[in-house]
Amino acid sequence: MLRLDINSELHEVDVEEDTPLLWVLRDTIGLKGTKFGCGVAACGACTVHVDGEAVRSCSYPVSGAVGTKITTIEGISGEMLNPVQLAWIQEQVPQCGYCQSGMIMAVSAFLAENSNPSDEDIADSITNICRCGTYPRIKRAIKRAAALQGGVQE
Amino acid sequence: MTKLNLTRRKFIVGGALVGGGLAVGYGFLRDGDPANAALTATTMEGEVALNAWVKVDKDGLVTVAIPRSEMGQGVYTALAMLVAEEMDANFSELVVEQAPVADVYANIAVMKDALPFSDKHHEGEDTIGAWGMAKLGQFLGVQVTGGSSSVRDAWLPMRQAGATAKAMLVAAAARTWDVPPAEISVTNGVLSHGGSGMSGGFGDFAILAASETVSLDPVLKKSSEFTLIGTPQPRLDIPSKVDGTAEFGVDIELDGMVHAAVKLSPVLGGTLASHDASAVKDMPGVLKVVPFESGVAVIADSFWRAKTAVEALPATFNDGPAKEFSSGGILTLLEENLESEDSRIYAETGDARAAIDEAQSAVKAVYKVPFLAHACMEPMNCTAMVTDTGVEIWMPNQVPTLIKWFAEKIADVPAENVIVHTPLLGGGFGRRLEIDLVIMAVAIAKEMKNRPVKLLWTRENDIQHDIFRPAAVSRLEGTLGSDGRISAWANRIVSQSVSGSYTARLLPWATMDVPDNTTSEGAADIPYEFTSRLVDHVPVKLPIEVGFWRSVGHSYNAFFTESFMDEMAYAARADPVDFRLAHLENHPDFANVLKQLAKVSNWSTPLDQGRARGVALHESFSSIVGQVVEITVNGDKEITVDKVYCVIDCGAVVNPDTVKAQMESGIVFGLTAALYGEIEIEDGVVLNSNFPDYEMIRLANCPEIEVHLAPSGRLLGGVGEPGTPPIAAALANAIFAGTGERLRELPISRAGFIA
Ligand code: FES
Ligand code: FES
Repeated sequence: MLRLDINSELHEVDVEEDTPLLWVLRDTIGLKGTKFGCGVAACGACTVHVDGEAVRSCSYPVSGAVGTKITTIEGISGEMLNPVQLAWIQEQVPQCGYCQSGMIMAVSAFLAENSNPSDEDIADSITNICRCGTYPRIKRAIKRAAALQGGVQE
Repeated sequence: MTKLNLTRRKFIVGGALVGGGLAVGYGFLRDGDPANAALTATTMEGEVALNAWVKVDKDGLVTVAIPRSEMGQGVYTALAMLVAEEMDANFSELVVEQAPVADVYANIAVMKDALPFSDKHHEGEDTIGAWGMAKLGQFLGVQVTGGSSSVRDAWLPMRQAGATAKAMLVAAAARTWDVPPAEISVTNGVLSHGGSGMSGGFGDFAILAASETVSLDPVLKKSSEFTLIGTPQPRLDIPSKVDGTAEFGVDIELDGMVHAAVKLSPVLGGTLASHDASAVKDMPGVLKVVPFESGVAVIADSFWRAKTAVEALPATFNDGPAKEFSSGGILTLLEENLESEDSRIYAETGDARAAIDEAQSAVKAVYKVPFLAHACMEPMNCTAMVTDTGVEIWMPNQVPTLIKWFAEKIADVPAENVIVHTPLLGGGFGRRLEIDLVIMAVAIAKEMKNRPVKLLWTRENDIQHDIFRPAAVSRLEGTLGSDGRISAWANRIVSQSVSGSYTARLLPWATMDVPDNTTSEGAADIPYEFTSRLVDHVPVKLPIEVGFWRSVGHSYNAFFTESFMDEMAYAARADPVDFRLAHLENHPDFANVLKQLAKVSNWSTPLDQGRARGVALHESFSSIVGQVVEITVNGDKEITVDKVYCVIDCGAVVNPDTVKAQMESGIVFGLTAALYGEIEIEDGVVLNSNFPDYEMIRLANCPEIEVHLAPSGRLLGGVGEPGTPPIAAALANAIFAGTGERLRELPISRAGFIA
């Protein structure tokens, strides 16, 4: 049995230690917001936070997450949307939407580190794939989220 | 050469082709079925279905049943807007649900487009052929999302559905209040009678309205009366796509569900020869090993365990006929077929062949494009539960009618015991028009009866066993007249036939050798006026499955024709925009898009050293799209795509923000292919396997995109695909302008360029 702290709830799971965190979240715990896109850490659809850091959960063994605080898209979606989600709605970012949980998790971890990012910072840090090509809107939404968080000094 | 009977194009059927949408839809009903039959199963307590598209509950909540798949193109929102507009419902409180599979929802527009003849282009005329195809569509009742057809198809029926629902509510209120229906007005879901001051919500009259009888051919609003259509509306599906609650096919969770992962024949089309189930039967969670024709599955209690076991499972395969083929050799074979004696003509005016052969100097060029994968973000999946009497399917798909047919066939159960659910699609792009997943899932689930089995492909399965956009080769030849305009134009295309390949998959017993409009779409129907023209296609058969890939034939024909227009402009020493305009005298709508594009992109202002721009103009799915690409290119052939300007004329616009989003999406899709896209096949095995070797544009190299809408009075056009075709040619033309090097093969790495 492995003990996991997911979205501030404790779970005990009976899985092989090398099972990727992604599949524990999706199939064992039933948190389906985190998506499978490539399984090889190349697309970011599976991004979650481990102790506040964005990680690609498809390539992160569950044993490595024991003793950490894991946060998924469900964990940042309370009654109130957070500024990233709000900005995503205001800029009407998602199309198929499949990549967007991972995008939002990657961006929220990134903005926590860098509250007023330049275009270069954004391009260097957000490397997730969106097959629908929502990148132009993602760029705008990141700027807007930064502004909503009050990080922009103008 | 086989000549089409081109005279068929001259028969024009007068009047409205398919008549009133509702009337057409209801033409499918079996005798005695009520108009709302399709929705009776999903209608809840306190709610009524007023027809096959609209439900209202006693609190006034309006639910619109959407018979098309939401794959990111915004169809839920656009079709709901059509209903709400005519119903005068409160759009901000309306909800949508996926409609079931029923004949009433057949897609007539896509069947009209599927016509294998090159007619109906530009003028929007209705021909006998189109009429026949539409009739066939009605007969078959195929529910399909594709061909950028959803709004075009729904434009009448869904507005009529809203209008009749409103009429029923008005009739019920009139009866209750004892006033003439004509005196009742409706705004935002509220009915009111001016004279008496009485008013009430939709909910107050919903139940009564269900028994009112009204005309199925209601008077619809004039476009000048629209208050919702044409305004930017937030998409109804977006909130669920930012908080992780949107339910895609992979997210289906059912009681007792088990998971399947597969190992497939490495050689395309190969079959399973042997496997050793005992090697994995004691691995954690493994429940069963199921062999099938093209591979073997492991069913386990979780996907990860199923995948781990199937990877460890020893299996051997019989190579299929694709073993003899490699992608390089295929391109050579296609090129050799440029000399074939056996082609089909898709457009012919005058004697272009003779004009070119006799000319002192003709411009000639050969272009090539590779196989491409769809790589939908959500990997392929299908959940199936087979019982002794029926089968139930949960599958992200674009064609539920066919999914239903094949589930029935493989499960071998009566048609009435087949249920298909279509959750959200994590991308479609044509890939989910295919039936391979449902066939595989039902075959596997048959071995684990009464339990839902979720078959999920890995990304490697997805890339290596996609049904690819065909490779294609094209030769273009042109001569210039003394006026500096193109006099003769000859264009031969060589490729596999997508429709032929698809039909053979659906109906393996049928040997269909018919014309395929998709092979030459975007080549046979280009608007430019030439004295003589010849466009023909040489079909080549290969044991590699090819399918519909966003914009289908346009995806390569636009690259061929719009690159060659640039070559001709260069030969004529003319500006590429002016040169195109000179060939569009009788096509003001095309000229208008191009002029607007030149203006918004500052076409005539020179760019700095090291930067360049290129232009392309292309019509597909009844929408005209022009694009200008600005690049930076250096001496090491490194390219940055800085900016794309896009102008679209798609006729009437339902949700302008969605049109813009679809242009952005189509551009990124086409640009990804031009910069990186190439499926490499060696001895029948696909060498690419996952994103690291089938690369995508990412945020860092995505250009700025500026979209302008230029709606003219033309007929309604599609938007899901038309953004894709022009971009590769615009890029190649920019590369030529910047380097003097003409790119005739995609992706750009073929010519040593790097992005
Ligand atoms: S699924 Fe984890 S990075 Fe793609
Ligand atoms: S919205 Fe479809 S993959 Fe990003």
